[in-house]
Amino acid sequence: MYYDLNPKISKMYARMGPRATYGSSMYTALKENEDFLLLSADLGKACGLDRLKAEFPNQFINCGIAEQNMVAFASGLAREGETVFASSFAPFLSMRASEHVRMNLGYMNEPVVLVAAGSGLSLGFLGNSHFGLEDVSVMRAIPGMTVICPADAGSIPKFIKAAAELKKPVYMRLVGVPGSPIAYEEDYNLEIGKINKVLSKGNDVAIIASGSSVAQSIIASRELEKASISVSVFDCHTIKPLDKNRLQKIFNTFRILITVEEHTLIGGLYSAISEYKNYENFTNKLVGIGIKDTWVKTGSYDFMIKDCGLDGDSIAKRIQAEIKN
Amino acid sequence: MNLDLIIKKSKAIEKTILRVGFECGQSAHFGGALSLTHILSSLFFGLMKHDPLNPRDPHRDRFILSKGHGVLAYIATLYESGYISAAELATFQKDDSKFIAHPVKNLDAGIETSSGSLGQGICFAIGVAEALKRKKSNNRVYVICGDGECNEGSVWEAAMLANKRKLDNFTLFIDKNNFQNDGHCADVLGDLDLKKMFESFGFNAHSVNGHNVKEICNVASLKQNNKKPTVIVCNTIKGYGVSFMENQNDWHHNRLTKKLIENEGLDINVL
Repeated sequence: MYYDLNPKISKMYARMGPRATYGSSMYTALKENEDFLLLSADLGKACGLDRLKAEFPNQFINCGIAEQNMVAFASGLAREGETVFASSFAPFLSMRASEHVRMNLGYMNEPVVLVAAGSGLSLGFLGNSHFGLEDVSVMRAIPGMTVICPADAGSIPKFIKAAAELKKPVYMRLVGVPGSPIAYEEDYNLEIGKINKVLSKGNDVAIIASGSSVAQSIIASRELEKASISVSVFDCHTIKPLDKNRLQKIFNTFRILITVEEHTLIGGLYSAISEYKNYENFTNKLVGIGIKDTWVKTGSYDFMIKDCGLDGDSIAKRIQAEIKN
Repeated sequence: MNLDLIIKKSKAIEKTILRVGFECGQSAHFGGALSLTHILSSLFFGLMKHDPLNPRDPHRDRFILSKGHGVLAYIATLYESGYISAAELATFQKDDSKFIAHPVKNLDAGIETSSGSLGQGICFAIGVAEALKRKKSNNRVYVICGDGECNEGSVWEAAMLANKRKLDNFTLFIDKNNFQNDGHCADVLGDLDLKKMFESFGFNAHSVNGHNVKEICNVASLKQNNKKPTVIVCNTIKGYGVSFMENQNDWHHNRLTKKLIENEGLDINVL
């Protein structure tokens, strides 16, 4: 497993895509740590975990199509000292099982790492039933949860490692598909809870993005540069807890802030930063780019990203329009 | 097993439920607590390996009250066992107390889980049972669910996995007192044969009189060598031991007043 990124390795992971990279990361995690457990709610194959079932029969448990039980079962294991990951698709893990998350990871603070594979729009033609567009809102509302979203496939191995070391209740959502744009070609230091500056081209606009929107914001910044708008891009991979120290500096440096997320604008990154802004009485202009309060048109991932205004071009156009206003 | 002690403690638990429930001055879950007295007494004074002086002992049997609203019986049992003091008990349903209408995880007080949301404790418990198996521990996990609680789908999710994982260190007691919040269980979702249902889910399934400690202890002590989890359906009486509460679902959650105690001549174990 490569944890340190360079252009070649980043490309390799981008080609594999988030789910296969997740499967690979878990393969290494289980192989290197006999006490690590991985639970799945019958979506092992779909989450890139098929190989693990055969290779680690004592560490991989298919809990059946029963997410509520899986979450609490994982918590019982965690209570007894096991390091436990539990995977499914985002809506089933974060919404169907949300009250089990609330009681077990929240109220009882059991350190399970939930991994929502195929969150955001990444399940394409499977449709709205399978999309993870409200998962951050739901998970973020539960006290004690850490909510994270890697910017690209290459970041996933680092996140798996960091989440296991955290020993806290974690919800990790994976967005993007094989071939999605790369946010990090070079290596970076991941610290859960810290915003990471990925691009520094000036102080006109700060884009604070999470997940796939980080790379799309980098693409947008190139368009904006042509229009003489200087942009800095920040990866807010940890949506909860927010990196308030860094946010304070960003609010003090940039007049205009744009959040971008592959998630509904209700309750996600935009909401979290709006709450912070209001609490701190900042008067900066803050614009949220994300999924509107509606069911999205279903199609290929690229079609939906464009249709929702989350591709680089759309982000650039929206920012130009906002600056004119 | 000292059955006399278990019977004596059941009675003490019953009286403590009434006293603490009365002294809190508010409505409390009496009915579903009183149906548990003999099951809990059999567990804490007979069946379970545990040490109130060392509540975090890794070699303890684990007890999880999945039907969290039975908390009065639970804390009365913890008090009778020596996990919590009279002073702590007296804080029940007082502002900022650790002991409220549903258990709040408190390992030092002998409370393994926060419960109150039905159908969750059993799922957590099979995770603990799986972990004990992985540690090659001989300790057991005991859980109490209500019969009404079995309305929750997650109970059956857990049952399927307990069977699949061959959790023969897992014993589930069903407090079958025949009532749930809004009435008779049979009226709510039909007259279900829980013993048969669990049997079909792969459990060793038994049925006992839940107020007969000898029956409870005998069945729970049976050595089963078939790698299956066990369920013991305990036929109980909601509000057991108090004539005006027995099978009266108004006492699911209600207030015990001084007037009632005097009129009914209740002995509530005043310290």
